[in-house]
Amino acid sequence: MLEGYRGKALELLSSLGADIGDVLQVYNDKVNVKGILMPSYSRDDSVVVLKLDNGYNAGFSVNKVKVTLLGRGNKVVERKGHEVSRPGKVKIISTGGTIVSKVEYETGAVRPALSTEEIIRFVPEIEEITSISAEVLFSILSENMKPEFWVKIAEAVKRAFDEGSEGVVVAHGTDTMSYTAAALAFSLRLPGPVVLVGSQRSSDRPSSDSGINLVSSILLAKEAPFGEVVVNMHGESSDTYTLAHRGVKVRKMHTSRRDAFQSINDHPLAKVLWKEKTVKVLRDDYIKKSDGVEVNAKFDSRVFLLKFYPGLKPDIVEILLSAGYRGIIIEGTGLGHTSSDFQEAFRKAVKDGIFVGMTSQCLFGRVNMNVYQTGRMLQQSGVVPLEDMLPEVALVKLMWALGQTSDLNEVKRIMLTNMVGEYNPRHSLDHFPRWKHE
Amino acid sequence: MSEYEKMGLKVGLEIHQQINTSHKLFCECPTTLDEESQGKLERYLRPVVSELGQVDVAAFFEWEKGKKIVYEVPRKSSCLVECDEEPPHPMNLDAIKLGLAMTLAFNGEPVDEIFVMRKTVIDGSNTSGFQRTAIVGLGGYIKDAEGLVTIQTIAIEEDAARKLEDTPDSVKYNLDRLGIPLIEISTGPDIKTPEQAKRVALLIGQMLRLTGRVKRGLGTIRQDLNVSIAGGVKTEIKGVQELDMIPKIIENEANRQRELLKIRDELRTRITRDDFERKVKEKDLTGLFTSSRSRLIQSELKKGGKVLGLLAPGFKGILGRQVMPGRRFGTEVSDYVKALAGLGGIFHSDELPNYGIVEEEVQRVAKELGTGELDGFILVVGPEEKVRKALQVIRDRLSQAFEGVPKETRAANEDGTSKFMRPQPGSARMYPETDIPSILSRELLEDAKKIMPSTPEQKLKELMKMGLNEELAKQVLNSPRLDQFEYLTRKYTNVSPTIVATTLENTLKYVKSQGGNIDKITDEDIETVIASVNQGKITKDSIPQILLEYSTPNSNTKIEAVISKYSGISEEELINLIREVVAQNREEVKSKGDKAFSLLMGKVMERVRGRVEGKKVAELIRKVMKDETG
Repeated sequence: MLEGYRGKALELLSSLGADIGDVLQVYNDKVNVKGILMPSYSRDDSVVVLKLDNGYNAGFSVNKVKVTLLGRGNKVVERKGHEVSRPGKVKIISTGGTIVSKVEYETGAVRPALSTEEIIRFVPEIEEITSISAEVLFSILSENMKPEFWVKIAEAVKRAFDEGSEGVVVAHGTDTMSYTAAALAFSLRLPGPVVLVGSQRSSDRPSSDSGINLVSSILLAKEAPFGEVVVNMHGESSDTYTLAHRGVKVRKMHTSRRDAFQSINDHPLAKVLWKEKTVKVLRDDYIKKSDGVEVNAKFDSRVFLLKFYPGLKPDIVEILLSAGYRGIIIEGTGLGHTSSDFQEAFRKAVKDGIFVGMTSQCLFGRVNMNVYQTGRMLQQSGVVPLEDMLPEVALVKLMWALGQTSDLNEVKRIMLTNMVGEYNPRHSLDHFPRWKHE
Repeated sequence: MSEYEKMGLKVGLEIHQQINTSHKLFCECPTTLDEESQGKLERYLRPVVSELGQVDVAAFFEWEKGKKIVYEVPRKSSCLVECDEEPPHPMNLDAIKLGLAMTLAFNGEPVDEIFVMRKTVIDGSNTSGFQRTAIVGLGGYIKDAEGLVTIQTIAIEEDAARKLEDTPDSVKYNLDRLGIPLIEISTGPDIKTPEQAKRVALLIGQMLRLTGRVKRGLGTIRQDLNVSIAGGVKTEIKGVQELDMIPKIIENEANRQRELLKIRDELRTRITRDDFERKVKEKDLTGLFTSSRSRLIQSELKKGGKVLGLLAPGFKGILGRQVMPGRRFGTEVSDYVKALAGLGGIFHSDELPNYGIVEEEVQRVAKELGTGELDGFILVVGPEEKVRKALQVIRDRLSQAFEGVPKETRAANEDGTSKFMRPQPGSARMYPETDIPSILSRELLEDAKKIMPSTPEQKLKELMKMGLNEELAKQVLNSPRLDQFEYLTRKYTNVSPTIVATTLENTLKYVKSQGGNIDKITDEDIETVIASVNQGKITKDSIPQILLEYSTPNSNTKIEAVISKYSGISEEELINLIREVVAQNREEVKSKGDKAFSLLMGKVMERVRGRVEGKKVAELIRKVMKDETG
């Protein structure tokens, strides 16, 4: 299989009978080198890509060089991971993401691929902490995550506890990890910790944060005293410790930093020191472990997250209604506002049995729709203020609530109930980070 | 045929030169060093499997050390990219263009599609755990008096972080240098003599400077040498900063390989490798040293350490054999122990009794180990785990002596010797950098052609055409300040190129010879002085004094202040001054007439030297004298 080759290069290679891994020679009057034929991820279809003796890849246009086949190479053998069947105290459920990734030649991009067992080989110190078992549930990029996958993950978590695991680690891509964390938090009553973990530097690089994040998460799954869903990622840019954030209060706040995940309007639950192999619990108001595991994972995805901006017209609400949406979470400005033009549209929506809830695009702080007249009027239209809940968490919660009932009053009751710590009624000064300015 | 040609000496060069781009290779940070730290980062690296499913030996070697890596994060010269907290930005195409230009200049072949690779380096010098590097050209040659030397590859890569300190548990770097573009030019192993290597290095360095696009100064160019002799192996020697040291380093390495081959031959007459491996043995000898007078042994034993002995069958006299000036075969073994087992070193039988170990102890060790007539032994002291590891390392190294020269990467020492650094990396350390799309070179070739360096012969002609005499032109051509000369002459057209060249090539040397501190004189300072000449503020004659005064140790004056002292005086002031001097010397002027001129000239120049040209002074003195004598 001449992976990735097209056009002229494909034609020539086929005529030579060459395959990926074979040794080729390319030459003209100025250059004469041999190398192993690599899959192509070239922009130019006349280019043949070789890995030279010195390890470099280089592309040669067949328009400029002659190519001969020198010999058959060793095939690049993919080591297939198989699942570990023996039961362990901590179960690792793998869903994809860069914590389990490698190079894909077709695009040259990083793709989730390694089996969980391969991660254990990659981070052998895991076995010093506890016995583990592993399951590859699926292998998707986190941007391709969907509510139906949340259900599968929730069920896999239940199975793991039913099989006797003391804690569960879910390896997940970081982009939508906080959505999954919220979904699991609303769906599960837990006899132990469920730790979502990912990496911001993919595991195919020596500086990857995946090793430390994974070891810390296994430690946390085994030793944390709580029965709740957390996200455990680097606590700072240095490889010093990780932080366990409550799954319904965490957000990815940076595109690329290791410490991108931060608790918003909340403090982390625990700090994990991977070198010392200790878990330091930072709060005592965590959710205690329940006796058994219960799962209630039903989601209605006919919910929309509406970010208000100057100029947005109310007809969007009617479009959503006619498309069959059953709930709207508004990401409003400031204390929880849209332009007053929306009052009528929302009134109509609520009258039609649609839930409309308000969060703030400020992210930090609480909405308060009593301070300004617009807020009061929006409330009169039936818009429900959702305190300090994060917009994405409110969205997931509404999907879950609509999965439970179609009665608007019941949905409203669920939305306003602090179920798993998604509301923090007390904000202190240190709940807001300050940026250095001098 | 020279001695080295008889030995079958083959040398290849790898020249690494920093490129003077406006920003780094993979981000927008400036390519300048910066000491102002905005904090520290603490990291660990671990090896990964390459695309061919192997892990590189050199990478594992570093990982086994398990060191903590600390980075100083400079405010001006680093961003999240250097911190490995943001993916690399698209590659700086100016650097690629220079690589292509050099490829064309060597008559080589540009690579059609350029792929950035990750070269695994987990000693911490790259925050990512790999160095990003791309081959841009292959083939080509340079002409040397002793024959053609081929160019194998031309690569563009990122410079590593700057090492600040290294302790057994941690290593510290500054991120300012990380990401500065480097061009790496590798020659084939065609160089046959030590002197030729230096010549070729000089020539390549000169061609790079002729582009006017490379940095200069300490640490901006580094040479690695690949050296082998017939029967030996290609040894990499890293980090040669002084061109003048190249011949000596090569000579020492060639001789080392020859000595190792002699040792091999001699060992084989004594004992086979199989017999060696059968007879070699280790023993805990701690009991023999409980009351030793060796301070090292006492201090280690107090900490609970052990003394272990290794019987080295067939090695008597060989451990003490010199392989390089001041370095014995035992030193080579000791370097392995230092690098691979993290211990301070070893004691061997050819150097004992010494270091507080007495004859009686030596005899007892020999007896305990059962040392035969041709056997040697080695003692290692320290924590048991490290000592056991060290003995394994020693066994391996001694066993290799039966084969000859082991494959090593060595580090150059300042005295021209070198020492073991790590095993040689394989091609398994390379895998593709997936964050950066490949680059088609044909889109850059037109620009590259425009920045190709002229040949040294062409350049010499150009310089002489500018009015430089041949000697000065050659000086400029060979000077690291060639780019500065070009910059200043282009920008300051009122100043003759000869003055600029003299300032850069001779005046600075003069200032140094007079005790000035050259390091204080920055490029900007020189530019300020030349600019002042250009504006007519000062005369060219004042340049040496200004630079000397400015660079006097302990002087804190700004260059502008020194310049203003030497600023020219008006003709009126000068005439008044001359009149004054004439009045003071009226007697002589009267008695000697015109012959008093040189006296007056001397007196006036004493007071205006550097502020006005002598020619002008002479002219005005003559005028005043004429007026006076009327």
